[in-house]
Amino acid sequence: MIAQAAALPGEEISRPSSIWKQSLATFIENRLALAGAIVLVLLILFSFVGPLLYHTNQTATNLINENLAPSGSHLLGTTPEGRDELGRLMVGGQSTIEVGLGVGVLATLFGMVYGSVAGYLGGVVDAVMMRIVDALLSIPYLFFVVLLAALVQVNLLVLILVLSAVSWLSTARLVRGETLSLRTRDFVSASTGFGSRMRHVIARHITPNLLGVVVVNGTLKVADAILAFAAVAYLGLGPAPPATNWGELISAGINNLFDGYWWQLWPAGVLIVAIVIAVNVIGDGLSDVVEVRLQKR
Amino acid sequence: MSQDVMTDPGKRPVLQVQNLRTEFRLRSSTVVAVDDVSLTVHEGECLGLVGESGCGKSTTGLSIMRLLPRIGHITGGKVLLGERDLTTLSEAEMRKVRGNDVAMIFQDPMTSLNPTSTIGVQVAEPLRIHFGTHRKAAAKRALEMLDLVGVPNPRERMDDYPHQLSGGLRQRVMIAMALTAQPKLLIADEPTTALDVTIQAQILDLLDRLREELSMAVLLITHDMGVIAGRTDRVMVMYAAKAVESTSTAELFEDTRHPYAKALLESVPQLTASSSTLLPTIPGQPPDLTNLTGGCRFAPRCRHAKPDCGTAEPTLEELEAGHLVACFHPVGSEPEPAADAPELAAPAPEPVADEAADEPAAELPTVVQRVQAVLGITLEPRPAEPPPAGPPAAAEPVGAQAAADPMSAPVLVEIERLFKEYPVRRGLGLGFGPPAASVKAVSGISLTIRRGETFGLAGESGCGKTTLGRIVAGHEHPTAGTVRIDGKEILRLHGAELRRGRRQQQLMFQDPYASLNPRMRVGAIIREPLMVQGSGNRRQQWERVAELLGEIGLSRRAMDLYPHEFSGGQRQRIGLARALALNPGLIVADEPVSALDVSIQSQILNLMKRLQRDHGLTYMVVSHDLSVLRYLSDTIGVMYLGKLVEYGPADDVYDAPAHPYTHGLIQTIPVPDPKIERTKEKAAVRGELPSPVHPPSGCRFRTRCPLAQELCAQQEPPMQVFGPGHVAACHFPLQPPTTLEPPPGVQLAMTDPRGDA
Repeated sequence: MIAQAAALPGEEISRPSSIWKQSLATFIENRLALAGAIVLVLLILFSFVGPLLYHTNQTATNLINENLAPSGSHLLGTTPEGRDELGRLMVGGQSTIEVGLGVGVLATLFGMVYGSVAGYLGGVVDAVMMRIVDALLSIPYLFFVVLLAALVQVNLLVLILVLSAVSWLSTARLVRGETLSLRTRDFVSASTGFGSRMRHVIARHITPNLLGVVVVNGTLKVADAILAFAAVAYLGLGPAPPATNWGELISAGINNLFDGYWWQLWPAGVLIVAIVIAVNVIGDGLSDVVEVRLQKR
Repeated sequence: MSQDVMTDPGKRPVLQVQNLRTEFRLRSSTVVAVDDVSLTVHEGECLGLVGESGCGKSTTGLSIMRLLPRIGHITGGKVLLGERDLTTLSEAEMRKVRGNDVAMIFQDPMTSLNPTSTIGVQVAEPLRIHFGTHRKAAAKRALEMLDLVGVPNPRERMDDYPHQLSGGLRQRVMIAMALTAQPKLLIADEPTTALDVTIQAQILDLLDRLREELSMAVLLITHDMGVIAGRTDRVMVMYAAKAVESTSTAELFEDTRHPYAKALLESVPQLTASSSTLLPTIPGQPPDLTNLTGGCRFAPRCRHAKPDCGTAEPTLEELEAGHLVACFHPVGSEPEPAADAPELAAPAPEPVADEAADEPAAELPTVVQRVQAVLGITLEPRPAEPPPAGPPAAAEPVGAQAAADPMSAPVLVEIERLFKEYPVRRGLGLGFGPPAASVKAVSGISLTIRRGETFGLAGESGCGKTTLGRIVAGHEHPTAGTVRIDGKEILRLHGAELRRGRRQQQLMFQDPYASLNPRMRVGAIIREPLMVQGSGNRRQQWERVAELLGEIGLSRRAMDLYPHEFSGGQRQRIGLARALALNPGLIVADEPVSALDVSIQSQILNLMKRLQRDHGLTYMVVSHDLSVLRYLSDTIGVMYLGKLVEYGPADDVYDAPAHPYTHGLIQTIPVPDPKIERTKEKAAVRGELPSPVHPPSGCRFRTRCPLAQELCAQQEPPMQVFGPGHVAACHFPLQPPTTLEPPPGVQLAMTDPRGDA
């Protein structure tokens, strides 16, 4: 009978206003994060759109042009192989960004599912699952990479998988801990109290409340992966030339540092620092977005 | 204005606070948390500072100690301790004052003690810091202090860490620490709020005794009018950062002049209150201190408010000797407003968000009025509406449901020989191997709850009442025994059947902050049970959500807001709406109002009553607060350490308890009446709850019972009948048993099928 109240004239059951608009507004409010996002977009444009505007030959080596200083024809000089340095940075940026984002997404998704299942089920399942994580965490990732480089031809996909295989572990730990505390919260009890299934509880109650930490953690993973890729490439274990990345460019630049070929080292170094910082401050901004309490209405 | 009540000029004032003003500077605004507050505490005197949360009473205490958080600043006034103004001291000088001249104890003794050092070291610490006392001498003094505050076996306890002590003992240790250096002034900020009534009485007795012995001045900050009535010499009532009334305790309770103080006193459920009337409430909520509109701060909620209250702010005036009131129209100075003049009372729109009272708030009354118009009925007065005119809406009968004798209604819930034990495991924690011991939370409870009645379950924390409630609500599995609701054994169901069966009983949670998912909008929260149970289509579900919001007195706009945009009381209503969504027969309410302020508490209690009447609900209310239970319940059960010790009609149990424990519990509740409070025997229940891992043999209460004899240790007392439907388990009951038939579902001989542990 009171159902009539819902049909009162002049009052619609209002729909929630656009959550995207609100989120964007919150993100923009964090000036640093906004700057980070702009830097990231510029770097992506530089790496993927740049080669379309700035044509260079990045496959053949040209020993006549080796180690040229920056000039009109080569804006950032050339590499020891005589390739154009600026073009090299663009190509290297592609693989660097791909690895960073790929590992960040893959590790976060897998770690989140693994951690929330372990945390939600608890007991023996949790104990076994987390001991596996502990065991894997005790193996240094460089060992994995060296082993793999000896066994298979390392390409970008293999590298993303290997770095993800190491990277998801700490995410799983973090998520599991958060889930453990979320699962005992009253609103989860309330939900099971009116008959929700585990799937529903994880999707509606656990996951949304994990988002804050997971998003921030995910951006840290991106930055970590970029640095790890640089380290792997620096050791010469990355994909074979003519493929390249910023880490490898730094490695090459350091070899020639004492010859005064600064253009082979500094631009790549600046780009890596820029992208890592950009991704980190974006994570900061995203954590504001998922924190509902900060949203002004 | 620096006038203040000066009683007993023979005694020296220890503390004089003059026109204190404390501000919190937030990023976007400044909140004046204490506004022009003046008070004086004399030697050996206890001044009570009372008010609801956010009124500035704790901030006043922290300002005196200069322990404000980083954003807090004292911007005016003086804090005179003897001749010295504490506000002008340097931080180094202030450190010498703290713990030496002035000491403070806080609500939560666990977080106030350092978990990594022993209590002996912590109690000795003030001496070592302030006087450089040698370690051994300080330890000796600490031992004396622990003995003084009544810690049993202090020599052994010296080496314990805080987590090894119970809450009551920890608070005693805190007091010992505060008093080690013999301060002239003790500021006690809600010292007993986290404790059970039995322990509360013991701690307050201790403070009283120490105040006399050491002739110390005490500033007692509390929200509990009962504590004020029993323990203080003078009182100051605060509202929205201002002092509104200040007088002697006896005078305040006899002749309350400020409408807020009066309303606050009235809205406390009384132990003697009949459950057939609605509680008087204070409509609306305290004002937002960042956005004051000028005028009397209480005017929007005041039933005596006149137009001039909205334009100027009243100051504290001395009405008669020693009685200060800040009100243009104090109670009793002019005739009560006539019942037919509701427009004088400003409608109290309930701000939906604390930060910003926006449109939903303004719209509130209209929705209610429309619902009323459409339905052609008048809903009970409730907070969302303009306040009821005239004297508080007391003595209004609560409908036909309550009028029908609940004693003859059919049984809805049958609990039979219910046991719940939690294993205490040792080792790897992987869940392998037999448990080392078990916590006996519920030990063989049998009782019934009739349809349409309210069953109140009382007891101290740790007695197993919450566990029992959660089992009945289907949130926990018992170790043994059965629970039948409407003839069905809910806990024997599995899978889809269990999920469907959960419609029948719902749990209402204690903490309105924790029970709502912060990432879901209120609409989605209330709709969730409907969605999970697949009841109705999308449109019907949203309509039902709107209807439920109307019932709890919130605007439909509330649907789009997040839980954090509501106050505690509103959140508790949202929780209630969600519990109601599936039309359950039984609602188990676990401490439904203990997280709320008194004025908000009465709103929720009235709402629960109204919903019960409208929907024929059955409530099982679990609470440590016997006044709340008295107000809500038809039948009462008292639990002690996993056992039901007394069960019967609420009136019988309260008026003539048969079990010494029930008697003790009722005795220790602080009553807001100084005359009753002062004549009470000291702490009727001694000591603390024994460990539920190794409960005492025979009668479990015997270790704290004033009447215990040898028989009590040897034999478990059987249930005996003391009146129609009234049973208790005691060898030496406070009244002779009768030979009447026991109520259904209660076994007189409590035999444990598995042998008692």
